Amino acid sequence: MALSDQELKEIAYLARISVKEESLPSLKKELEDILGLFKELDEANTSGVDAMSHPLDLSQPTRKDEVTEEDLRDELLKNAPSVKSGLFLVPKVIDGEN
Amino acid sequence: MKNYSEDWEAVIGLEIHVQLSTKSKLFSGASTDFGALPNTQACNIDLAMPGVLPVLNEEVLRMAVKLGKALNAEINSPTSFARKNYFYPDSPKGYQISQMDKPIVENGYLDIETENGGKRIGVTRAHLEEDAGKSLHDDFEGQSGIDLNRAGTPLLEIVSEPEINTPEEAVAYLKSIHSIIRYLEISDGNMAEGSMRCDANVSVRKIGEEELGTRTETKNVNSFRFVEKAIQYEIERQIHELKSGNKITQETRLYDSQANTTRPMRSKEFANDYRYFPEPDLLPVNLEKEFIEEVLATMPEMPNEKRERFVSEFSLSQYDADLLAADKDVADFFEEVTKVSNSPKLSANWIMGELSAELNNENLGIKESKVSSNKLGQLISRIEDGTISGKIAKDIFEKIWTTGKEVDDIIKEEGLEQVTDDKEIELMIDEVIENNPQQLEQYRSGKDRLFGFFVGQVMKASQGKANPKQVNDILKSKLEK
Amino acid sequence: MDLHKLSLTKQLEGLKKGDFTSTELTSHYLNRISELDGQLNSFITVTEDQALSQAKAADDRYKKNNNFSLDGLPIAHKDIFCTKGVLTTCGSKMLSNFEAPYSSTVYDKLDKKGMVMLGKTNMDEFAMGSSNETSYFGPVKNPWNIEYVPGGSSGGSASCVSAELAPIATATDTGGSIRQPASLCGLTGIKPTYGRVSRYGMIAFASSLDQGGVIAKSAEDAALILEAMSGHDPKDSTSLKLDQPDLTKNLNNPVKGMKIGLPKEFFEKEMAPYVLKSIEEAIEVYKSLGAEIVEISLGNINLSLPIYYIIAPAECSANLSRYDGVRYGYRCEDPKDIEDLFMRTREEGFGAEVKRRILIGTYALSAGYYDAFYLKAQKCRQLVANDFSEAFKSVDVILSPTTPGTSFKSGEKTNDPVEMYLQDIFTIPANLAGLPGLSIPCGEHNGLPLGMQLVGNSLEEGKLLQFAHSFQSNTDWHMKMPNI
Repeated sequence: MALSDQELKEIAYLARISVKEESLPSLKKELEDILGLFKELDEANTSGVDAMSHPLDLSQPTRKDEVTEEDLRDELLKNAPSVKSGLFLVPKVIDGEN
Repeated sequence: MKNYSEDWEAVIGLEIHVQLSTKSKLFSGASTDFGALPNTQACNIDLAMPGVLPVLNEEVLRMAVKLGKALNAEINSPTSFARKNYFYPDSPKGYQISQMDKPIVENGYLDIETENGGKRIGVTRAHLEEDAGKSLHDDFEGQSGIDLNRAGTPLLEIVSEPEINTPEEAVAYLKSIHSIIRYLEISDGNMAEGSMRCDANVSVRKIGEEELGTRTETKNVNSFRFVEKAIQYEIERQIHELKSGNKITQETRLYDSQANTTRPMRSKEFANDYRYFPEPDLLPVNLEKEFIEEVLATMPEMPNEKRERFVSEFSLSQYDADLLAADKDVADFFEEVTKVSNSPKLSANWIMGELSAELNNENLGIKESKVSSNKLGQLISRIEDGTISGKIAKDIFEKIWTTGKEVDDIIKEEGLEQVTDDKEIELMIDEVIENNPQQLEQYRSGKDRLFGFFVGQVMKASQGKANPKQVNDILKSKLEK
Repeated sequence: MDLHKLSLTKQLEGLKKGDFTSTELTSHYLNRISELDGQLNSFITVTEDQALSQAKAADDRYKKNNNFSLDGLPIAHKDIFCTKGVLTTCGSKMLSNFEAPYSSTVYDKLDKKGMVMLGKTNMDEFAMGSSNETSYFGPVKNPWNIEYVPGGSSGGSASCVSAELAPIATATDTGGSIRQPASLCGLTGIKPTYGRVSRYGMIAFASSLDQGGVIAKSAEDAALILEAMSGHDPKDSTSLKLDQPDLTKNLNNPVKGMKIGLPKEFFEKEMAPYVLKSIEEAIEVYKSLGAEIVEISLGNINLSLPIYYIIAPAECSANLSRYDGVRYGYRCEDPKDIEDLFMRTREEGFGAEVKRRILIGTYALSAGYYDAFYLKAQKCRQLVANDFSEAFKSVDVILSPTTPGTSFKSGEKTNDPVEMYLQDIFTIPANLAGLPGLSIPCGEHNGLPLGMQLVGNSLEEGKLLQFAHSFQSNTDWHMKMPNI
């Protein structure tokens, strides 16, 4: 299964993993080899078969609408690379999803 | 009111995000209270720490089922969750748990009132999803601060069919949804605070064309007024573009309320491949029949039912019923007042008039009214039973507002009882007539309008307490002599 | 006394009888670790102080006669289980400085029963690998021959138990990561039914396939700890609503009259002669114990590898999106904007295999490919599960080799990802179907051990352990330990 450079760059962007230009060819080959496995599924006859997304045939449990978590901010923020005034600091956000 | 070219029509679809008023989050037990210090209501699940897993809040299922019923929709069971993948600092997992294939609510509709009569707008679906956190930009020297308190708060996204055709219809639909979610008490629907958010999908086409035009999505509209203006602007912009021979770019735009314009958002196009797939950490949700029935049994009377009942039970006009039923708190207040006063029409007038004015003055909601429904009801009763006149009642209303005293106490303390004794009134009238011989002369020689002058004088003499009708009758007979 | 030569079961007896203390036992292991782990690199973190204080607490409880059920028994935990206050790295640079403020349910359950944590074991990065050569903390060596790999991703757990630096270790299995290293290191490794063991605090790789289990020296030892780790957890929506099972009570039941299925599709493969020979000898042992051998067919089994290499990467591509340098973990230096933060943090923080799988997964889920790949794979997965359901109508367990051969040299397969993936052809199907599976030693070749796999029907870990114990009561492959 062939992967174009453009496709690979788009996939890398979607996954937010930068790929160095020099690594592109070898990465492409590795991925193409793995993708080669995929076509083995083409011949499988799956008409009338439901997709399995859980090995369990059960129903989702629920929990009561109660506040059970207390303020553990200090502990939870201990691992943060950059914090100020209780906020996680990141390079400036412009527009975006929300 | 279309003031763009008459051979174009707009096709509008609204996506409304409703923040559900649960105590804890959709998938974690952290609090959803508004206004807490940053990241004090974000537990390890909300922070997407390694190895944590989502657990579903049962209350959201109840809320969604109620909404589904109110929207005349189907409740899907089983319903399941999906991952919507995108990277953003306020989206801690790098995906949002939402619903794709089997949303909990599907295929509903809403009837709205437009200037051309009633119209039915289809509701494609309503699905559960988690809210993202917030980015704060001030005071961070070129950086942004991420607060994840809001991350994980439950949302219901309500998607309409693209069956809305004017900005006015859009607002009518939005107001209807607003009214419903507040009635159901599943959200406080506050657009300014963000507990109800509206995105508008807008496209235009020449009338008669079958195909839909390219649509844009407009975000960042946080009031009914802005929704109307933003859609209006976008329609005009698109028509203008098309007329100039340009194509419409499918994109997301942000509304600027200061300039009343929309502008494109700066994000990469192909970044919007969300790669939805079923959420493996959550199982499909089976909603048992008993559960659904139990939830539906707790449904309150909905706005349209209440409107109809106000007309039939209280003989209110359609207009009054519409106004009072639009907000559940107002409707409840009205019924409480009427229970005490037994006068639906007067109660309605007082609420829509005096009370409304006072509340607006002080920027209060009806629940914060300084005149309780009980006291207003009593006040109106006293008008009805003749103890006081309508005019005096207005003064008493003011006094209750500022002092909180009981109606009867104020009447007694200030001696505001109406004068209803014919003899007393007669005496007052005699006195007034005696003191105003000139006017009497003029009246008798044909100046009918002076009747009002005499009435005024009598009212003044009685400090407003004389019963107006009796004054009228007795005065008339005296002057006729 | 060579305390490490005792089985875990015997160690528990010894502690209860007062033959030795937990402090003695724990110190003994800590000493061995400090002497021998340098050549194996099976531990990322050794929790010496904490272990000794846990041991002392256990000893105090024994003195007062109010000890917990597994009090004072040492254990090593795969570094994929969050342990509050102690580093949990998942074998990755991305989490090399991460200390979780919470513990996994697996850790909590065993801790509450009094087990003493010796440390966190090395593993393939984010559980992706079959040789423990992808760890940020360096490769792990096979105690049988340090030029060879211990298997992966639970290579550290297998290596330390094989070298007797810990009597037992927790591990996880997504496509074979417990069973394959157990096979390559001559140990007993069991992956339970999906949902049996809580995944809360167990860093996710592929959510619908991951399961926690153990690597031990015998079925008897494995049973003791697996049952203690199991049971419903409300914090994991996918955990079965069942209490802790009793996996030890039926261990000694005979296998006479029970049926062992041999999938013809597995045996049709070209198998190394020594593998076939070991399996055939094992089959003879079972026959001599009165078990019946039945040929079965798992018609879609050969789709397992492609199914797995679509689903696992797809799920992992989403599970690993949270590693973005914002709230914890590695962050690149001087990110110039958000995009740079994400892209460089992830490029630098993840190793090559992890990045490959994320990219594969992203591709499989991307617009235009979802139906042909992910959806198709999930449908084929149902076919595989159906084959097993059908087979279990006529057999009790299914037997096969665990791996295509014994261990291989370090570096031998690192240049060819697909070649590495073939290590898992026998183990993957059980993960796809959510069924329990184990590997026990059944042979040897050129000084390296070999395992056979038993797969059971849903919730039948007890039966699997019974078959394994039966074999181990009549052979001594599992008693052989490397000389290091």
